[in-house]
Amino acid sequence: MTGELGQLALCLALALSLVQAISGFVGASQNNIRLMAMGRGAALGSFVFIALAFFTLMFAYVTSDFSVLAVFQNSHTLKPLIYKISGVWGNHEGSMLLWILILGAYSAAIAMTQPGDGSEGTKLGARTLSVQALIAIAFIVFILLTSDPFERFYPPPFEGNGLNPLLQDPGLAFHPPLLYLGYVGLSAAFSFAAASLLESRNDAAWVRAARPFALMAWTALTLGIAAGSWWAYYTLGWGGFWFWDPVENASLMPWFVATALIHSMMATERTGAFKSWTLLLAITAFSFSLIGTFLVRSGVLNSVHAFANDPRRGFFILMILLVSITLPLILFAWRAPKLTPGAPFDVASRETGIMINNLLLTASAAITLTGTLYPLVLDAAEGIKITVGSPYYNATVVPLFVVLALIMPFGPIMLWRRGNLRAALYSLRFAGAAGLVVLLAVLAIVRPYSTLGVLAGGLGTWLIAGSITDLARRAGSWRRLFHLGAGAWSVALAHAGLGVVAFGVAGTGIWKSEGTEVLAPGKSMNVAAYELRLDSTERVQGPNYIADRANITVLTNGRPLTVIHPERRQYPVEQMTTSNSSIRTTVISDLYVVLSEPRDGGGWVVRAYVNPLAPFIWLGAVVMAFAGFIALGARIAARVRAARSAAAAGATEAAQ
Amino acid sequence: MNPRKQRRLAFAITLLLAGGGAAGLAVFALQDNVLFFYSPTDVTDHPEKVPAGRTFRIGGLVQTGSVKRDTGLEVHFVVTDGKNAVPVNYSGVLPDLFREGQGVVALGTLASNRVFTASEILAKHDEKYMPPEVVDALKRSGRWNEGNPGAL
Repeated sequence: MTGELGQLALCLALALSLVQAISGFVGASQNNIRLMAMGRGAALGSFVFIALAFFTLMFAYVTSDFSVLAVFQNSHTLKPLIYKISGVWGNHEGSMLLWILILGAYSAAIAMTQPGDGSEGTKLGARTLSVQALIAIAFIVFILLTSDPFERFYPPPFEGNGLNPLLQDPGLAFHPPLLYLGYVGLSAAFSFAAASLLESRNDAAWVRAARPFALMAWTALTLGIAAGSWWAYYTLGWGGFWFWDPVENASLMPWFVATALIHSMMATERTGAFKSWTLLLAITAFSFSLIGTFLVRSGVLNSVHAFANDPRRGFFILMILLVSITLPLILFAWRAPKLTPGAPFDVASRETGIMINNLLLTASAAITLTGTLYPLVLDAAEGIKITVGSPYYNATVVPLFVVLALIMPFGPIMLWRRGNLRAALYSLRFAGAAGLVVLLAVLAIVRPYSTLGVLAGGLGTWLIAGSITDLARRAGSWRRLFHLGAGAWSVALAHAGLGVVAFGVAGTGIWKSEGTEVLAPGKSMNVAAYELRLDSTERVQGPNYIADRANITVLTNGRPLTVIHPERRQYPVEQMTTSNSSIRTTVISDLYVVLSEPRDGGGWVVRAYVNPLAPFIWLGAVVMAFAGFIALGARIAARVRAARSAAAAGATEAAQ
Repeated sequence: MNPRKQRRLAFAITLLLAGGGAAGLAVFALQDNVLFFYSPTDVTDHPEKVPAGRTFRIGGLVQTGSVKRDTGLEVHFVVTDGKNAVPVNYSGVLPDLFREGQGVVALGTLASNRVFTASEILAKHDEKYMPPEVVDALKRSGRWNEGNPGAL
């Protein structure tokens, strides 16, 4: 029964999306308040039905209803509850359902926050919801036609096939939802931009409405990428925290463009600069999300993260992709020349900083796209099979980020329209000195020598010190530091966060030490300053696996520090073995130990790494995301205040 | 030209220069930073393609019965596309999904004795998943059996 209920809910969501699409467009063009209100209602209703379909599927997973094909293929009664829940999106069908659930959530959020009083904002909101509805229709049809998560399986078997053990990890609970919240969230900025183009308005009102959604999407995307990177880091065989794998790039490209977008939106909203460019970026950012969805879901690219994909479905997404990129671009080419220009700005101004930021970030996205697609093109054209890995990106994206980091601290310090470069340089003298000192220190002390490592040390410090300088300059005194606006704090934290990430990436990427040895019980190995002694191994029974657990004593200078327990798990249902690493962190560095295969004679292969500064990667990303939340929170608070005072003013008026 | 047009022109030129610069950088970097993939047949029948000492990736199936481990870290196995086979030496930790009869992709160099020395063995998420290059290599050697990738 549950399966049919889910399908019915999806069909109703589709019908409501049609209503949403039509009533928005028609209502806005006829200035019909009731029709536009109907569009908003349909958006809420459509979200409710998608959510119903989603929870129906979740219910089928939790109750192990194997009459549903997807549940049979991806679940098992013995699987722990958390993986029954997160297993919903651990496969193609469920993952697409999560995709439209989040799309629906953004539409509902737009419906609830845009005005309904018949003002220009009401029309913009109505058209935005129509565009959102068109995207939803395309993807719901895609799900119903090619990837029905509720497909029946008869006769229902007693037991399911289980979920790939590598996905039975808390990472699956957080990483995909956050990532989707990010890159599906970019649809909101896209829809507002498309709506504004449709209205042939030549102002930037859409930016004001779309900015909170873009900020939300950027924040979630940052967290989602960080969560994925952390998951890949502790999972052996996924190439560490960043592998420049096509699937990883698929999430990084939208991040580059979204970062450019939130900066250029800031300029457009404040001074009207880059009006047409911001429109183009909003369209591009979501296009990159769709490209990412296509690359991941179609399986056209070879990836270590490729799982559960189907090339036949790729074609459908490719069509959605082509239509949603081409139509808005045609509209853009037609309308953009009519936009009124913003206020002029000097070469030395914050706008210039944002322009350089945008150029470098979009270039990074283009370079990443080139590297990701090049193997595909070469294979199709000449039948030559290649992979493009970190050497390519180190030679291209990394230098761009070096330049970006150099100019970043100038942005917040320069004024809008006309800044003063000499004054900015003077303000930043301490930050520059701090960066230089760290750069020289790394150069003199840390071995082996690495140019990138030296630069990362210097630039990371420059970014953090630059942020401190900016805060100090704005506050003037300690007491006023905490009275600074959310804007100042979020900019400073976001920029400093990137500096922290730079430390982590350099430390782990360049200066890790590693060792692999076959250890018999009682024997020891050394890695960096640690001695690891394999005391014993034991058999442990897990909920749906049997594990060999090692008891390894970590010693420094001959003194025991701690005991760690890396495991090697065997999943009988899925017939797979996984190595579950054990990580002991001091924040300054990670000791990362893996128990691998047993060898003849009672020995075990033990692999150990010391990754200096590794936690800084995720710490920095969390700081950046926190900055996004502050900026978002401040906007929401300001809106609530405005609504309250408007209501109060209305009440006074009514009383008179 | 009025100042507005001038500004637009300056912006367009900057954009073009930046775009051109990025494209140049990408093309330049793509010249010598890519890894080639060869099947065992490429390696044995077209040795001129793969000069000794150059790092590349090889892929195929792990030949059944070919995996030999000793007490140390050394592992020896044979990677095959059904037509030709190349012996591989590897020292280190094998991915959890490494198994006889399954697809494998190894990164490394070919020694003068035509033995492949792997520095890395690549793992996948999914045991049902076959690396596309391996599928292609098996198809080219005529040993690809649709729907039953493990069978040779």
